[in-house]
Amino acid sequence: MTDTGPVLAADGTPLKKKLAQALFVSRARAFSLVLPLLIFIVASFIIPIFSLMVQGVKNDTYSSNMPATTAIMAEWDGASELTEDMFAALVTDLIQARADKSIGRVATRVNREYAGTRSMFTKSARRAAKLEAPFMAAMLDIDEDWGDINVWGAMKVSSQTLSPAFYAAALDADYKADGSFVRLDTEDRIYVYLFVKTLAVALAVTLATLALGYPVAWLLASLPIRQSNLLMILVLLPFWTSLLVRTTAWIAMLQSHGVLNNVFVWLGITSDDSRFSLIYNMTGTIIAMTHILLPFMILPLFSVMKGIPPTYLRAAKSLGATNWTAFWRVYFPGTIPGIGAGALLVFILSIGYYITPALVGGQDGQLISNFIAYHMQKSLNWSLAAALGGILLVIVLAIYWVYDKVVGIDNMKMG
Amino acid sequence: MTPENLEDAFVAFDHVQKSYDGEVLVVKDLNLQIAKGEFVTMLGPSGSGKSTCLMMLAGFEVATHGDILLNGQPINNIPPHKRGIGMVFQNYALFPHMTVGENLSFPLEVRKMGKSDREAKVRRALDMVQMGDFINRRPAQLSGGQQQRIALARALVFEAELVLMDEPLGALDKQLREHMQYEIKHIHEQLGITVVYVTHDQSEALTMSDRVAVFDDGVIKQLAKPADLYELPENAFVAQFIGENNKLEGVVRAREGENVIVDLDGGMTARALAVNCGAVGERTMLSIRPERVSLTDDGPNSTDALVKELIYLGDHIRCRMSVSGHDDFIVKVPNASGHKHLIVGENTKVSWQTEDCRALDA
Repeated sequence: MTDTGPVLAADGTPLKKKLAQALFVSRARAFSLVLPLLIFIVASFIIPIFSLMVQGVKNDTYSSNMPATTAIMAEWDGASELTEDMFAALVTDLIQARADKSIGRVATRVNREYAGTRSMFTKSARRAAKLEAPFMAAMLDIDEDWGDINVWGAMKVSSQTLSPAFYAAALDADYKADGSFVRLDTEDRIYVYLFVKTLAVALAVTLATLALGYPVAWLLASLPIRQSNLLMILVLLPFWTSLLVRTTAWIAMLQSHGVLNNVFVWLGITSDDSRFSLIYNMTGTIIAMTHILLPFMILPLFSVMKGIPPTYLRAAKSLGATNWTAFWRVYFPGTIPGIGAGALLVFILSIGYYITPALVGGQDGQLISNFIAYHMQKSLNWSLAAALGGILLVIVLAIYWVYDKVVGIDNMKMG
Repeated sequence: MTPENLEDAFVAFDHVQKSYDGEVLVVKDLNLQIAKGEFVTMLGPSGSGKSTCLMMLAGFEVATHGDILLNGQPINNIPPHKRGIGMVFQNYALFPHMTVGENLSFPLEVRKMGKSDREAKVRRALDMVQMGDFINRRPAQLSGGQQQRIALARALVFEAELVLMDEPLGALDKQLREHMQYEIKHIHEQLGITVVYVTHDQSEALTMSDRVAVFDDGVIKQLAKPADLYELPENAFVAQFIGENNKLEGVVRAREGENVIVDLDGGMTARALAVNCGAVGERTMLSIRPERVSLTDDGPNSTDALVKELIYLGDHIRCRMSVSGHDDFIVKVPNASGHKHLIVGENTKVSWQTEDCRALDA
């Protein structure tokens, strides 16, 4: 060919341009169909999550209400002697914060960094207006703890608008005024243990749903359609009843004078005065979560098994394989995409599970999400809740990444 | 070739019955003896029980009544994996997560064969189906015909003496199917294996088999060599099912030795070979193959015909005529020099030899 120029359409415009024009309308129409969902997801999912994530590292409660001390704290190194200027700034801020009625929030913020300081702030703020220079002596007169350098360290940490303090707290560490991180004492560590416990529960629930769900899915896939439909309704029934009702039903089943324990006593498995404690502990959490998450394992397994022709097993047997070999070498490998999808689904759902542990978990069966809820609703430490949630998100993404590396996301079949 | 009694047969069905629901018999009193090295095809429409017979032989279905014998031993209670029967499935059933080599190696592995032996056998089996270069491919990367060859090689690799094939060529296009028919036939001859083949495609059955069992409604209607099946059908079902057939119905008027005289419903009287017709006065169906009808008016069976339709097919012309009240009487006129040129609407004469006209059950 001698003509090396762009291919032209019949009217002389380049073919590529013409094609883009022709496709534009259909693309625009397709996009307009997706647009409402896109807006909804951005508004209801991406923006809130992003703002929560920001809360985990950004907290301006102190810096916006206590400007004078914030400025002076930025220069203070967190270790050198306290100066009169610092006290003067503190008094100025306290008077202003009391007038703004923001002193309570400021006191709470500092109190989170150094427990027991809340009353110092509220008490001092009430009397700050009447104080006269030198302020250091006057403040020490109100509470001699104002001379404690740790109180000022806590104020320095609080004054940083962007700070890793909450992530540090979420990982059982203390962020010091000098910028160092110190692990908490053993008896004060809670969150790392909780993360590990949550992952362990999620793993246990995943394995339990797999062990219980695999045979059920196999039965569903191999029964004639009429019977498998009936069984499928039984599998889906939990989806149609309220989560709360199901969880409460487990309380009736599992409590110490509940159905299960009565049966055990009647069968002589245990005596009347040593009934099993099956609820308000870890056991209750795992049992109830396994039940509730079971359909999420069964459904992907079922859809994958449905797609495996029964002739594979027959072929394997005709080639000389025993039932077990035929299952293990031929059928099972075919179900791995379903196992992967089901396990990932159940595992990730269990990591963030909240209502079931809250209702049947007691003290022992609480998971990380219960503490996130606690910080959101009770202690109102949103920044810590955001940091805990952020870490949870990172764990989930890491698991997803590992899954992709090991099994491959393309291998996953949801239905 | 044909085994006469159960003891001599390599595979034998002895009064086998099968029912799935306890109400209907899918296989009714099946008796079939297959000799070693024979290629027997079970041919029949879908639902005729042919596949069920194969599945019973493979061990995936249990006979409700009767014995299935392999080498003279009843195998009813032997599980499929101990029968040592090779099987080729309709949709190949190659294991998708294994390579071609691993698929072929599988039956050898479960037999605890050493690695070097396995490799040698896999290689030989693949070479036999000319697929040696594909050992590391996955089944999904192969075409239908290639998958079929691998499935065949897998059924042969562990040196089974009996290989069952359940409509193995059903998913292939026509040309490939014909090619594979020859290949399967050659492999059968080369290895001397016994093959039981199930199909609903009569041309496949006729080209490949030593004997064909025509199934209908759970019963073998006729068991015969392909040529006999076509030329000497014993009943109306076989005559209609195998090849093209002209049927003329009527009542037996008289018997004359091997022949009968039949009053056809259209008013004509015809002589036919008494194969499977009832006594005088009973209804019968005459069967004449379209290529055995000539456009002349000599012989004992000559009658008027009205040309309804002509279809040009190159080597012959298919002519649909109205004969004796039947509008679908087909005559194949060879496209030879000097053949008679027919015109639609023309009245002509047709005739056939008495021995080509078989009086069968109505």
